[in-house]
Amino acid sequence: MQNLSDHIMDIAQNAIRANATRVEIDVEESEARDALVLVIRDNGDGMDADTVQRVTDPFFTSRTTRKVGLGVPLLKQNAEATGGRLSIRSAPGKGTAVEATFSRSHLDRPPVGDIAGTIVLLAAANPGMEVRYRYVTDKGTYTFSSGETRTFLGDTPLDDPEIVAALREMIAENIKDIQV
Amino acid sequence: MEKIKTLADLKRIKENVQAKIDLREKSEQSGELIQIKVAMATCGIAAGSKEVMNYFIDHLEENGIRAVVTQTGCMGYCYAEPTVEITKPGREPIVFGEVTTKRAGEIIQKYLKNDELVEGIIPVNYHTIQE
Repeated sequence: MQNLSDHIMDIAQNAIRANATRVEIDVEESEARDALVLVIRDNGDGMDADTVQRVTDPFFTSRTTRKVGLGVPLLKQNAEATGGRLSIRSAPGKGTAVEATFSRSHLDRPPVGDIAGTIVLLAAANPGMEVRYRYVTDKGTYTFSSGETRTFLGDTPLDDPEIVAALREMIAENIKDIQV
Repeated sequence: MEKIKTLADLKRIKENVQAKIDLREKSEQSGELIQIKVAMATCGIAAGSKEVMNYFIDHLEENGIRAVVTQTGCMGYCYAEPTVEITKPGREPIVFGEVTTKRAGEIIQKYLKNDELVEGIIPVNYHTIQE
């Protein structure tokens, strides 16, 4: 995983597999506190306490097609390499929240990457799911909601290439405004 | 071009796209669509599946192909990521492996347009190491 956007796509994929109809992605960046916090919350199937314990083990996976599951362990490794940490809150039927904390200025903190592209891709590829992205910095907050966007678009499909490009630009512009 | 900051700024683009779609729907019988599933698990993302998915979204229309592009999990072919499963209406799905944007271009030009197969197809009876 080269950047945080890849991690977001990866963890969101876990939510999709857990039958989530809503995924909330929060990225909080603070220069003052030297922190970058990534929270990915879903309303999917959730996990029991025993499973939560085991997801950070690279040799644990719920899949049968292969024997390793690296998504969560890689995110944990990246967070811890910056002096941060990873925590997971989950309960069966209640959904899951994955929170990764990074020291923002640490040399090993991966770049955020193409976050606008990632969010739009997630929204376009999952028509039945609400994708909500919130970016919070010392300068302000920006929120994008795929549900709100779909309501605005009406019959016009969100996955049309022109719409995808326009949404990508819209999110990127708003991020640029409050970036620290 | 003006900057797009809010959904309201999208209005003009939305109207253009809708007009284009209305025109298309009048001119052709819209049957079943081609399904394109891009594997987007840890292995796929690390191998560049996001770029491949963007490539499909960006280039299908200009080639006159109507398809639904969605994401899926790992199909167990981690060694061959990025993998893409394509189902043409009424046909068996075909899984393409090692789909770079270059090969995605070939898939559009050859398989989707002319039914020609391209390199990198993973046979359905291929057994992975765990079977």
